[in-house]
Amino acid sequence: MSTLDMSALVSIEHISQDFGQTKALDDVSLAIQPGSYTVLLGPSGSGKTTLLSILGGFLQPSAGRVLIGGADCTGMAPAKRPTATVFQDYALFPHMSVGSNVAFGLRMRGIAKAERLARALDMLRLVGLDQAFDNKPHQLSGGQRQRVALARALVVEPAVLLLDEPLGALDLKLRRQMQDELKAIQKRVGTAFVHVTHDQEEAMALADHIVVMNNGRIEDQGLPDRVYGRPATRFTATFMGESTILAGSVEGKGRIRTALGVFEVAGDIASPEIHVAIRPEHVQLGGDILAIVTHVVYQGSFKRVTAVPNGAPDIHLLARLPADSPVSVDMPVSLGIDPDRLIILAR
Amino acid sequence: MARIVSTLYAAAVYGFIFLPVIVLVLFSFQATLFPIPPFTGPSLRWYEAVLRDARLTDGLLNSMLVAVATSALATLLGFLSAWGFARFHMPASALMRGLITLPLTVSYLIIGMGLLILFNWIGIPKSLITAGIGHVVINLPLCFAIIYSQMGDHQANVERAARDLGAKEWQVLLLVTAPMLWPALFASFFLSMTFSWDEFVIAFLLTRFDTTLPVEIWNLLRAGLNPKTNAVGSLVFGVSIVLAIVFELVAFRKRPA
Repeated sequence: MSTLDMSALVSIEHISQDFGQTKALDDVSLAIQPGSYTVLLGPSGSGKTTLLSILGGFLQPSAGRVLIGGADCTGMAPAKRPTATVFQDYALFPHMSVGSNVAFGLRMRGIAKAERLARALDMLRLVGLDQAFDNKPHQLSGGQRQRVALARALVVEPAVLLLDEPLGALDLKLRRQMQDELKAIQKRVGTAFVHVTHDQEEAMALADHIVVMNNGRIEDQGLPDRVYGRPATRFTATFMGESTILAGSVEGKGRIRTALGVFEVAGDIASPEIHVAIRPEHVQLGGDILAIVTHVVYQGSFKRVTAVPNGAPDIHLLARLPADSPVSVDMPVSLGIDPDRLIILAR
Repeated sequence: MARIVSTLYAAAVYGFIFLPVIVLVLFSFQATLFPIPPFTGPSLRWYEAVLRDARLTDGLLNSMLVAVATSALATLLGFLSAWGFARFHMPASALMRGLITLPLTVSYLIIGMGLLILFNWIGIPKSLITAGIGHVVINLPLCFAIIYSQMGDHQANVERAARDLGAKEWQVLLLVTAPMLWPALFASFFLSMTFSWDEFVIAFLLTRFDTTLPVEIWNLLRAGLNPKTNAVGSLVFGVSIVLAIVFELVAFRKRPA
């Protein structure tokens, strides 16, 4: 599919990567659109960082090729390709001032000192750190160092900016704040960002295009709400947020029989044996499923409830109920599920 | 009681270590002909004699030259080999690292004799250069060990970032790797200086006409005890102390992470 996508800025074509016996990437193809924010999401060992390293030129793929702006960059050194990388540990030059750090890429391109320092200052202003121009990196906080690393990579005007778990070292609050800033900066500069993370909330907050990876393959990709709301595979459904998975069999058009009863859904279902995923926020109080509450976790804005249905004692149905719901452990409840919100997965 | 004993013990230990040096320095200021009690100084008479002795001043300059040149070379070679071992995969890397640090455990006499035989065999005449080669041989393993211990994965990532931003390999080494490691580089340099500066055995075996100060002092001692030897010994000691202090300042100074 992506091989035919002529509008793509980056085309990754049938990339495989072997490390000895293990296949880190297995025939991966992906198109990245200009100006988009792409997030590669997956657990550790899924191949997302390997794919980013191949994009950045730090790793030669065992098979396949990488085209950036139509040009084959597969064998090109990192310095030669129109990419720049923001490293997880920031990798700032500790002996240089913040300004010299940001100006380094321009210095390597032979740009005169006055001009490169002016451009570095402009870029630092964009990330809100122009007052730190003369500081050394060790005088800055983690979040500030992150922004310096971003400015240093952006100042060379890459066609694609690669970010390797850029927020991984920050605490949760700073992380959420930096997410908003990253997104705002990306919109302002218009550069295509490719961002690797294992945090699905981060992925949904940032991405125009989410790519879910597992075992060296792309499981699913698309708009965040589509990937979350209509995941293509069981892995995606469980990795992107929580859900309860049930086995189901299709009885005629749009009728699914499960351990929680029969659901009527719109549209045709191709295979007779399927799985159904139920998001906890699509389970509400009041309905015809009788169950006993086994766990209640108060989360502030909601209650995370686990209940075991009377008719199916081996299922642990997850529900996200309003914070003021009158539920407690061992209490019998009746729960309902909106059939239109069911996620149908091939078995 | 225990306190008195331990104080006396400590005094004895420090006395044992420093008394010879104190006696050496004290009698370098002797006014009369022999460095034996009673102390008749203070006088700078023998320092003047040292500075008027062309062989000793030549030896001093030769020692300076050999110390600076060999330390710079040993630090450079140690840096390059540490970088090579830290950044590139090579076969039998652990064995090769062991071999490069092995001279640390071999006595200077053996290294000096080996070099003497080797230079004789290939027909290189004894000179300051051959002694300098000997000093690089003994200091390179030390420089390698110090610098290698300071090379971590984080720095590898910083080098990668420099490469990503367009730096060529020599620019990475010159603008990023070396400046990041400067405390280790300076420490290696000054430690090598202290070892080369008062090294005797290798210099004795590998020099002939021009030689270093420790060898000249040995020549002087053969003629008998004389406060001049005390004076020149005190000069050597003073330079060693300065080098050691510089090394300590560089190596053990608190650094920001």
